Amino acid sequence: MIALGQFLEVLIGGLMSGVLYSLVALGFVLIFKASGVFNFAQGAMVLLAGLALVRSLDLLVANGFPIWIAIVLGIGFAAVIMAITAWLIERFVIGPLVNQNALTLFMSTIGVTFVLEGAAQMIFGSDVYPLRLFPTDIWLLFESHFPGGILVNQLDVWGGLIAGILVAGLAIFFQQTKTGRALRAVADDHMAAQSVGIPIGWIWFVVWLVAGLVALVAATVWGTKLGVQFSITFLALKALPVLIIGGLTSVPGAIVGGLIVGAGEKLAEVFLGSHIGGGIEYWFAYVLALAVLLVRPQGLFGERIIERI
Amino acid sequence: MSIPKAATTTEAAAPFLSVNNIEVVYDHVILVLKGVSLDVPRGGIVALLGANGAGKTTTLKAVSNLLHSERGEVTKGSILFDGVEVQSLSPNDLVRRGCIQVMEGRRCFAHLTVEENLLTGAFTRVDGKAAIAEDLERVYAYFPRLGERRGSTAGYTSGGEQQMCAIGRALMSRPKMILLDEPSMGLAPQIVEEIFEIVKDLNVRENVTFLLAEQNTNMALKYARHGYILENGRVVMDGEAPALAANEDVKEFYLGIAGDKRKSFRDVKHYKRRKRWLA
Repeated sequence: MIALGQFLEVLIGGLMSGVLYSLVALGFVLIFKASGVFNFAQGAMVLLAGLALVRSLDLLVANGFPIWIAIVLGIGFAAVIMAITAWLIERFVIGPLVNQNALTLFMSTIGVTFVLEGAAQMIFGSDVYPLRLFPTDIWLLFESHFPGGILVNQLDVWGGLIAGILVAGLAIFFQQTKTGRALRAVADDHMAAQSVGIPIGWIWFVVWLVAGLVALVAATVWGTKLGVQFSITFLALKALPVLIIGGLTSVPGAIVGGLIVGAGEKLAEVFLGSHIGGGIEYWFAYVLALAVLLVRPQGLFGERIIERI
Repeated sequence: MSIPKAATTTEAAAPFLSVNNIEVVYDHVILVLKGVSLDVPRGGIVALLGANGAGKTTTLKAVSNLLHSERGEVTKGSILFDGVEVQSLSPNDLVRRGCIQVMEGRRCFAHLTVEENLLTGAFTRVDGKAAIAEDLERVYAYFPRLGERRGSTAGYTSGGEQQMCAIGRALMSRPKMILLDEPSMGLAPQIVEEIFEIVKDLNVRENVTFLLAEQNTNMALKYARHGYILENGRVVMDGEAPALAANEDVKEFYLGIAGDKRKSFRDVKHYKRRKRWLA
């Protein structure tokens, strides 16, 4: 008999870590939605944002700035770095490749990944840098109901909260603003968007900037969890099943996909692992993604492929 | 005092759009336009006629400066829109100055609603939301069908509705000139007629100038005042629309009406060859 308390604890822990996957997946969704480019470099952007933040923070604190001012300045500095990156990518990589086929653009983002990883570590260093932006204390809930209570990490709660705000903000941006509408228009048809006077270079800069800022948010949470280090780039791989399950074009899909992957892999590890052997956590998400692909290739929330005959 | 006056008269007489002997090359090697010249007067409707691959679309894209993203380039000649060299402007500058293209095949944004599609046309405008909302109603007045379907996803509307949506979207930019590429493509004759009537309406009431690329020669010559016929990247004939429609060669090659006596195929081929050589 599985204890309900243990089940809830694993579920909550899983959902919360799922939210963190969602934060990374969001960056992919944004760029794919707006330019049809599958941005392989999202993981590298998280690394770059994290390194820029943590290194500037350390420097400011070492120079006697109060911690709050240091945090504000550090985030500002990292945001500027992401803006510069967005501009460079638009100017030198994506801009010259307008109207090329999707695979060409995808390959170019693989190139961007290596350049970003290299440049970030060359400029900011390649050690593991601890980042303490959010409390990582543990709460014990419902101690009166379950023996030992339910263990929840405060960081996970913060992560969930931030992801919620981010998604709400992005949804408003995409649905309600003129620039958001133009982004979706560009995603549908580059050429037609240009023909109605939407400056495509500017739109792409905005997309990469927003993706960069999302990467920065992901970096604050992941950096606190794992420390800022090279292995953060592997998050990109964890985001893939999230994207397949949630749908490449849907912001809510990225969140729900993240939750499913997070909860699914933790539950599978704890409750199935004991029967069929451990280590399920590492491949469970991919199997789940495969199953979704068979049933619903556009993902749970993805846009249907509209094809008129 | 008389000098500025003279200057104004020449300006008024100058065509709104003038394309002077342009050559267009794709991918640095494929020569598509081999010296096309044409004039569009202010407030006119000019038809650009010709078969598939004659260079109609390329001509329009050269005017709207959309060739770059297809690896095309104007290598010779010049295009003046309202007295400004088009090559020096970006596509969005051109839209801001009042020249917008409605591309071949409608090209609506499939995942946006009809209303969102129309609103994207107003991207370059800075005159405020109220003016844009007013224009939206104006577009719905011209195309009542779009009003009924304003909330539907554009990708699921009919071909005729998409064509209306594409024209409406262009209207939202408050254009002075619309480059309309093949509006009749894939549409039922009745819808084509409806769309051409609206084109005429817009021309008369809103004073929008049209440069119209069409394969449907019959329809185009009915509504246009002037026509150019392109063949293999060259203008082979031009004239007033009624004159063109009455021309024996146009009838033979583009309207499918044979003259009194049937020409043999061999003669036709010979004639075409000779004409190309002369052009």
